[in-house]
Amino acid sequence: MSSDDVVVAGVGMHPWGKWGRPFVTYGLIAARAALADAGLEWRDVQLVVGGETVRNGYPGYVAGATFAQALGWQGAPVASVYAACASGAAALGVARAHLLAGLVDVALVVGADTTPKGFLAPSPGERGDDSDWLRFRLLGATNPTYFALYARRRMACWGATPHDFALVKAKNSRHGVHNPHARYRREITPEEVAASPVVAEPLRLLDICATSDGAAAVVLTSGSFAAARGIAPTVRVAAVSTVTPTFPNPVIEMPNFATDSAVGADGTPVPFRDAIARAAYDEAGLGPEDLSVAEVYDLSTALELDWYEHLGLCEPGGAERLLHDGATALGGRIPVNPSGGLACFGEAVPAQALAQVCELTWQLRGTAGARQVEGARVGLAVNQGLFGHGSCVILRR
Amino acid sequence: MTERVPAVEWFRPTPEPVLLGRRGRRTGTYFFPPTDAAGRNPAAPDEELDEVVLSRRGRIWSWTTNHYPAPPPFPARDPFRPYTVVAVELAAERLVVLGLLADGVDPGTLRVGAEVELDVGVLDRTGDREELVWTWRPVTAAGEGGT
Repeated sequence: MSSDDVVVAGVGMHPWGKWGRPFVTYGLIAARAALADAGLEWRDVQLVVGGETVRNGYPGYVAGATFAQALGWQGAPVASVYAACASGAAALGVARAHLLAGLVDVALVVGADTTPKGFLAPSPGERGDDSDWLRFRLLGATNPTYFALYARRRMACWGATPHDFALVKAKNSRHGVHNPHARYRREITPEEVAASPVVAEPLRLLDICATSDGAAAVVLTSGSFAAARGIAPTVRVAAVSTVTPTFPNPVIEMPNFATDSAVGADGTPVPFRDAIARAAYDEAGLGPEDLSVAEVYDLSTALELDWYEHLGLCEPGGAERLLHDGATALGGRIPVNPSGGLACFGEAVPAQALAQVCELTWQLRGTAGARQVEGARVGLAVNQGLFGHGSCVILRR
Repeated sequence: MTERVPAVEWFRPTPEPVLLGRRGRRTGTYFFPPTDAAGRNPAAPDEELDEVVLSRRGRIWSWTTNHYPAPPPFPARDPFRPYTVVAVELAAERLVVLGLLADGVDPGTLRVGAEVELDVGVLDRTGDREELVWTWRPVTAAGEGGT
């Protein structure tokens, strides 16, 4: 059985924003939308996998069982997955494994979050053995601190400028105008980015993604179930990569405050972000030249440029040129973030990787409206979760 | 008299500031901070580790100045002043380590690739107690780390 036999039968979202409601409500609405999209009943679902967020050290707060209860107990087994920003892909991976093993025929994957205002911060208490606590305590190293270190490095190595970064925001904002699920639906000019307050030099407020409420859900079925129920197998899962880094990872990553040492390493160390995409390409038997569309994790504008290179869309140092040529805008050779990306959504951690899958599904079905990438056949979604969680999903028609 | 204590046991502020790490006897791999139960190089999971002092000088890999206060547990500074985090590459150890920029240094003078040296900063003050943290200070033209 090939992985192509797992079908994306339905997708659904709750719009991103700051709605002030419980995450369960968002998840419920997204789950019902995905089931309706698939033409299935909740009672058809044989497995529920929930992407978790962790708040105050209590991971059970957002779990598969929470959503199963909200939908009305019907006995389906549940799994709950935490992989930080990669939780959605990890949850999708669990669901897919159950389908490939033949254990179930229908799985519902849900991610939802209600986020606090301001910087994401560690749980209270003193934890001298926890790098996530220590990076805040000793260094004040917020998430944007890391985004800014990468951005500055990009400027030093490749001559990138803050204007290049602002152009990424402008591009994504033009895409997001057309997305009813996006939180920010207004075109932003590079001048507006340049006029926004500096958060962590060289990045400004409009270079950095917000934190949002939102939810996304995906219904996966086996190919045989789809055939039996008359579900069109238009969109199939070609790969799910949830790899961890290989030692030594040479790039400073949240929440660490030092990299691994490359002394004593076998061969050339592979940066984690390259490895995330490589694993997905290998599984799908595809390469960057096969992609029609990509959703990438633009935690910052500069990071989107880094991802172009990690995905192999261009050679290292070539991202600015790719952007300037319009290749990654709608209508270009390889549109990136036609949804508007995090620039227009803000991050709802356990939902985000699933939101990427929703967008790819609409793109591959040809139902993305004004955001449609013409003739899209293969889509890739990539992100990275704190603590070493990889996330890359490839869908194909 | 003010009591001055390092914020973590693997930073030793005197007689000269050093960061303590560990090094694998078989692979030569360095580990920092030295808080893990065992070596993390999968090529040698059982290798013995020796306590070592990391290089006191390195080169700037990148840096950033933060213009908003970090949330707790970072000590609140009143009034708030922007603070700079520097990523420094240590050549012998082949690793990058973060640190705050030393007091009184203009971040506008920093350049990727420039040499910096370990220094001591005050992270937090409560009563007569000062908590100390490592910082990075640019090496001056005379080749000295400064004050």
